[in-house]
Amino acid sequence: MAVATEQQILDGLAEIIDEIVGIDKSEVTPDKNFIDDLDIDSLSMVEIAVAAQDRFGVEIPDDELRNLKSVQDVINFVQKLQS
Amino acid sequence: MTGLRIPEATAGARILAFGDYRPARIVTNDELSRTVDTNDEWIRTRVGIQERRIAGDDEGIVELGVHAGGKALANSGLDPSDIDLVILATCSAESPMPGHAPQVAHRLGIDAPGAFDLNAACAGFCYALGTAGAAVRAGSARNVLVIGSEKMSQWIDWTDRSTSIIFADGAGAAVVTGSDTAGIGPVVWGSAGEDYDKIIIDDRHSFIRQEGQAVFRWATTAIAPVALEACERAGITPDDLAAIVPHQANLRIINAIARKVKAANAVVADDIVHSGNTSGASIPLALSRMIERGDVPSGAPALLVGFGAGLSYAAQVIQIP
Repeated sequence: MAVATEQQILDGLAEIIDEIVGIDKSEVTPDKNFIDDLDIDSLSMVEIAVAAQDRFGVEIPDDELRNLKSVQDVINFVQKLQS
Repeated sequence: MTGLRIPEATAGARILAFGDYRPARIVTNDELSRTVDTNDEWIRTRVGIQERRIAGDDEGIVELGVHAGGKALANSGLDPSDIDLVILATCSAESPMPGHAPQVAHRLGIDAPGAFDLNAACAGFCYALGTAGAAVRAGSARNVLVIGSEKMSQWIDWTDRSTSIIFADGAGAAVVTGSDTAGIGPVVWGSAGEDYDKIIIDDRHSFIRQEGQAVFRWATTAIAPVALEACERAGITPDDLAAIVPHQANLRIINAIARKVKAANAVVADDIVHSGNTSGASIPLALSRMIERGDVPSGAPALLVGFGAGLSYAAQVIQIP
């Protein structure tokens, strides 16, 4: 799989979040914190991680998931593993 | 000698009727929040449960099973004497010995049937139904009473908010008989014993504990493919389904599985809202309610999929009786 750009990861993540928890794509910006800003709980984060795994072809285990607090964290994590 | 006599086989097996039993006592989220640090909104959003049924002190696996089994038997129109095999799925018995199926059979007036307990935890009913269908088709039994009976409350630490809000008590049952066509599709079953400790009662002095997040991930990823395979093996597509009846583990798991199965015309069972997670009893409890409410027409295909401790899982498509 080709390495995705930051914008592609952001767009993909926004689509996933829209589908799973129904938050509008425009709300999902890099500075947002999942729990505090987007009100996404830990179980939804698991679902988002699984969907992100399928989409971006990287594994996001539960241990790592705990450290991914913001949208930017996920973008960085996916880029790091893809490269 | 060329081998022993081959028994007379039957082409298919089908479900004649369901029956259920819900204990009288309703425990609301508000009641739980008085004893553990939780609240109604948290429980509803995390697991989707509003209330659950808890059995009385005098109601054990046998009593619960007798109520549900008796109702299924009555709904089937068969006599107790027509039943020659009783399979009782449970993972929450107060004692491992003796098995509970013989007592349930005796209490229902079923004379000397084959009778045994089966433990595949929350997948127990689907395992039992698959076994019953196979027994009928192979000529090992004519009519089978399949029961899922659970008293999870006796294995709950009522101060543990991660489990006490989830599990509950109840029983559901089905009567399986032979038929010329298949009303019970092929069972797709499997296990992941490497994850045996994800949902576990460690010993007789312990309570149920589970790794919620790991189980959630497993259930929302590994189970939908099993369900889809059951459809394929039954010769139908998800769009043919009138109902999806996943084990009532957690409403969010149920919805995640349903989303992945993509059955455009199916009602999704949500009995968990009022019944909690009753492990091996949850699928027949949910189906009974759907049939009673008229949510699913007779003859329509419904997908059953059980999954839980073991880890064990099983799925099959049935025709609604």
